[in-house]
Amino acid sequence: MKKKILMTGNEAVAQGAIDAGCTFYAGYPITPQNELTAYMAVHMPGKPGIFIQAESELAAINMVYGASAAGARAMTSSSSPGISLKQEGISYIAGAELPAVIVNVMRAGPGLGNITPAQSDYFQATRGGGHGDYHLIVLAPASVQEAYDQMFLSFDLADKYRAPVMVLGDGMLGQMMEPLQLSAVSFQPSAENKKPWALTGCAGRSPNVIKSFYMDTNELEKFNLNLQKKYALIRQKEQRWEEIFLKDAKTIIVAYGSMARIARSAVHALRGKGKKVGLIRPITLWPFPEKAFTKHLTSNTRYLAVEMSYGQMLEDVQLAVGKAKVDFLGRAGGGVPSEEDIIRRVNG
Amino acid sequence: MTEKIIIAGSGGQGIMLLGKVIAETAMRENKFVTWLPAYGAEVRGGAAHCAVIISDTEIGSPLIDKADTLIAMNALSIIKFQNRIKNKGLLILNSSLIHQFKKAKVDILECPCTEIAEGLGNNKVANMVALGAYLAKKTVIPIRAAQEAINEMAPADKKALVEINIKALQEGAKSANG
Repeated sequence: MKKKILMTGNEAVAQGAIDAGCTFYAGYPITPQNELTAYMAVHMPGKPGIFIQAESELAAINMVYGASAAGARAMTSSSSPGISLKQEGISYIAGAELPAVIVNVMRAGPGLGNITPAQSDYFQATRGGGHGDYHLIVLAPASVQEAYDQMFLSFDLADKYRAPVMVLGDGMLGQMMEPLQLSAVSFQPSAENKKPWALTGCAGRSPNVIKSFYMDTNELEKFNLNLQKKYALIRQKEQRWEEIFLKDAKTIIVAYGSMARIARSAVHALRGKGKKVGLIRPITLWPFPEKAFTKHLTSNTRYLAVEMSYGQMLEDVQLAVGKAKVDFLGRAGGGVPSEEDIIRRVNG
Repeated sequence: MTEKIIIAGSGGQGIMLLGKVIAETAMRENKFVTWLPAYGAEVRGGAAHCAVIISDTEIGSPLIDKADTLIAMNALSIIKFQNRIKNKGLLILNSSLIHQFKKAKVDILECPCTEIAEGLGNNKVANMVALGAYLAKKTVIPIRAAQEAINEMAPADKKALVEINIKALQEGAKSANG
């Protein structure tokens, strides 16, 4: 087993991407994710990997579009305002059915905001973000280790479904350090993960076409219906979550990412006082892990959605639980609900 | 065991590094650990602080409300963080830069970190003096492990600085043991 190393979440994402076979990174600097870009700048070139500091966020996402079309495991990263700028490109990548990984180390908004932690890009991430009927698969790591591990998963899911995957972190996770166990195995290109659709030069075969442009209305609708079929399959197969103390829980807290860590502390403190409290931590935000809720749905369970935003994940919780009562605790703009806030709300 | 430490001072005093050495050492001792910097628009001479949590069990929130220990390296950090120390918590205070500070229900350890560092020939190692004082006072992680961590953390072109840092660590411990 490899020795543990101390890393920030940002660095862990970068190292995870490299170990997961990312061979193309393009990005444009923005805090609080600059350590990610900086790490890529040092470690990507010659791996064999390409690092490009693009002239803008738009250029970076379109470079990823191109690299992915050519068959590379390609990624970009940014933080909230930068991710907004990338939306057109992300929509094109979804429309062209290309795999790509986009990392958003969220900061507080709206507008330029500031670099304090926030989860206010939940709607943007889970509802598509750009134009058109598409979804991103959205993963939300809650620790440095998970940030690393999820890079393998995100590239695999992106390739499997030929769909863009977003890893949604926040400034707290990006900046904090924790011990990290590196994977003993790194990604190896094989026959299994070949990309016969890629634009690799068509000598000896018929040309591949990658596009998101359909002149014919019927053709475009058919394409959309196929996309919807793919999303239905992802919804069915890829819901991921972690659950703690659900069996006898009278109150179930729902929180993801950094917020879930604080909720976890609250749950342990409350359990120590005999309170029947549990936690559902969505790991995929899209597809939202509805199955976690249907599994435990009882008429008298009370839910508490806790987030660093003003009722975004809350809507998915409400959709998942139907008529059950859902309370809400949220702060944004750099405000973070504390362990004590959560305990007070559960007791109150 | 869970130990929550806030380390505060000014940019350039090696506040982040002090926290990282604690975190690295704790990791080597197979503890769970989190290190969270204040990551605003920090500048040399401005305020700087970080939060380190060491535990035998998995750590939830990396944020610290009330700290078991506050290491305060300058006067401003005392003003900012004195109310974040737990009842009966420990305050390691850089008495070279903080004068005549008293607080009830807090165990105060005064250590002239900057003067000891200057005595060694480099005031930049005041942070390691503070670390030595802290580890002498609270045995959450062994001082020997911290020495090893410092040795291995030093980049190849900075190995010459290992010796003075370890000396600072030892002097800090000596000062704490009085």
